Amino acid sequence: MKANCWIRPNHLEVQEVPEPKILNSRDAIVRITTTAICGSDLHLLDGYVPAMRKGDILGHEFMGEVVELGPGVKNLKVGDRVVVPFPIACGACNACVNEMYSLCENSNPHAGFAEKLLGYPTSGVFGYSHLTGGFAGGQAEYARVPFADVGPLKIENDDLSDEKVLFLSDILPTGYMGAEMCDIKPGDVIAIWGAGPVGQFAAASAFLLGAERVIVIDRFPYRLKMAAENTGAETINYEEITNVREALKQMTGGRGPDACIDAVGLEAHHHSLPIYTYDKAKQFARNESDRPYALRQAILACRNGGTVSVVGVYGGFIDKFPMGAVMNRSLTIKSGQCHVHRYMKPLLERIEKGELDPTFIITHRMSLDETPKGYDIFKHKQDECMKVVLSPN
Amino acid sequence: MSPDSDLQRPDHGVAADEPADARGTNGSASADGGAQLQETDGSGGKGEAASQPKGVAGQASSGPELKAADRGGPASWIQAPPGMARSGDAISMADRRLARRLGWFSLGLGIPQVLMPGRINKLAGLDNTFFKRQLMRVVGLREIGAGVGILSSQPKPAEWLGARVAGDVMDLAMLQAALGNPMNRKGRLLFATANVIAVTALDVAEARKHSQALKDSGEELSLKGRTSITVNRPPEEVYRYWHDFQNLPRFMFHLEAVEPRGDGRYHWVARAPLGQKVEWDAEVVEDVPNELIAWRATEDADVPNSGSVRFVPAPGGRGTEVIVEIDYQLPGGAIGDTIARLFGEEPEQQIKDDLRRFKQVVETGEVVRSEGSPEGSYALNQIRWRPAQPLP
Repeated sequence: MKANCWIRPNHLEVQEVPEPKILNSRDAIVRITTTAICGSDLHLLDGYVPAMRKGDILGHEFMGEVVELGPGVKNLKVGDRVVVPFPIACGACNACVNEMYSLCENSNPHAGFAEKLLGYPTSGVFGYSHLTGGFAGGQAEYARVPFADVGPLKIENDDLSDEKVLFLSDILPTGYMGAEMCDIKPGDVIAIWGAGPVGQFAAASAFLLGAERVIVIDRFPYRLKMAAENTGAETINYEEITNVREALKQMTGGRGPDACIDAVGLEAHHHSLPIYTYDKAKQFARNESDRPYALRQAILACRNGGTVSVVGVYGGFIDKFPMGAVMNRSLTIKSGQCHVHRYMKPLLERIEKGELDPTFIITHRMSLDETPKGYDIFKHKQDECMKVVLSPN
Repeated sequence: MSPDSDLQRPDHGVAADEPADARGTNGSASADGGAQLQETDGSGGKGEAASQPKGVAGQASSGPELKAADRGGPASWIQAPPGMARSGDAISMADRRLARRLGWFSLGLGIPQVLMPGRINKLAGLDNTFFKRQLMRVVGLREIGAGVGILSSQPKPAEWLGARVAGDVMDLAMLQAALGNPMNRKGRLLFATANVIAVTALDVAEARKHSQALKDSGEELSLKGRTSITVNRPPEEVYRYWHDFQNLPRFMFHLEAVEPRGDGRYHWVARAPLGQKVEWDAEVVEDVPNELIAWRATEDADVPNSGSVRFVPAPGGRGTEVIVEIDYQLPGGAIGDTIARLFGEEPEQQIKDDLRRFKQVVETGEVVRSEGSPEGSYALNQIRWRPAQPLP
């Protein structure tokens, strides 16, 4: 079959690879009908996530049709149409029982390695380095899905197109969890750093959860325009208004936003060239692994006693973390890789009821063969790219 | 086997005291694994405290697992000669690693010395004549020899560390002589000398530690390990699964089989590199239903070894804390080396992985496999991960 393989930093190839086989009794093999490139895949492309191997198949947002089942899967049958959540979760450990699926204690065969870097290991993830288990990803024609009796969400309504439900695999629940962690109360003002797909969904979710106003911060006018038009958010372009914190103060009567969401992560950009170069150089020298501008600013901008919700991906260590602000101003930081399984069903219901239509972010549709080109367009934000959706056939 | 509080395990009892002591000193010195291991131990310690009121304490004299001194120490694997009282002489994982790094350092220095002696001469402040280049090449060959020697004689590189010290002395003498020659650059020579002195200090310290341990051990070393994991199942179920020793090879990858012999003893077969096998008989020496199982190789075993596992209800209804201790006393010679290789350079990782697979089997029914690690989590395989794509 064809699959998008990581060769080395900034080099991907669509290669011919063997078709997946059942390795565990609770596996399913899924013929992929639609898959996508995630912003977090760019961290792999750029080489910021450790433990990649030449030939790793990427991709963790995919859906398709069940074509084969291990003997341990009783709730699915061949032919079922399923969306696959990106964390792999066993459903039996303490983390899964407490619905912390991305912390599953059993699904990461490389837990010993992850433990060394992170203190404790996290769950397995499709196509996301050997740190999360070395599972083949979903930018391919077929994928093996472990614990298929726990993860995949069956889509029974044939009227729902792939594009409407695909993002239940990652970015829609991730954006939603980002908003949910803000513990929104009526009248709250939420500020969101990053108007990429997760930022867009976080803005839409914040309104669904009762936010009074949402302010999105980015530097690409087309992304800010999309957020304003599709979610009703206000926007700040930090290349035009460089003092974002002051702007947020003015927009909130001097209080600051009640909660701030970091939907950017470890490869943030900074408008000041010296500061950007400083962190980029430290990152290059492996003195810090992540560039945390968005996070630093979100913490400093948040109102006293407010919440900072981090759904942007971080890999290791950061510098100049404003802990003084966190401690002295009674801030709460909430974070996590999304516990996707928790949100799939309720969000599917919202899509079915028409409360959410996630398709507005799709700007590019390509075939699997064009995946490396898709990464390139997405990474460099060419052609007003927001989301690339791929079809293997 | 029924629980027997009068069990005589004098050798084990003694060994348990001293390594516990050794852990205190060596554990804190093992810089690399220290932090994470101590965290593991924090929960293990709590478990033990909780288990004490259950009356197991009455048997404490026979087992290493309930010693008070054991409770605080990091759960680090150490190589300590059995029955040895001086804890400081044991070679900790940190020292083994340091010795290995010195070996790599030798290689890293020696190869450029052989390939580009002119440049190294310049760097060290020496004049660049034909003779000096040849001399630098000879020094390089010596470094490579020491490096290869240290790395290939693991885990007992004492002699080769000694060779490094001899080399350092030779280098210092040559630098001293070079300082008298006005053709050379004094500043660089002094800097080079300072560096060699620093490395010499490190070499001397390491060589002394390793040779002392070798002397005291009479060539015998012991691999001891202790770690714990929480399994989300009641103690009865977890105990029952472990109690069937034939299940052990399902999650302990160094074992090929554990078969009952019919007389209450079990025949253990461990897989070794190059298709070799190590076999022994073991008996259960303590068995407290749902709480504790301890086993020990019979006296005629080539590799004396013992182990225990305790099952403690985890607080908050989170299942069972499983606390495992394993002790292999390695004889000198081929068998000892084989077992040492079996556990690799990071034995603590291996036993942790054994427990992770145990948890997977009990909670999910089988060992979890990925395309990168189709055989399941296996610390020794970290450098050999396959790419994350389907197997051919």
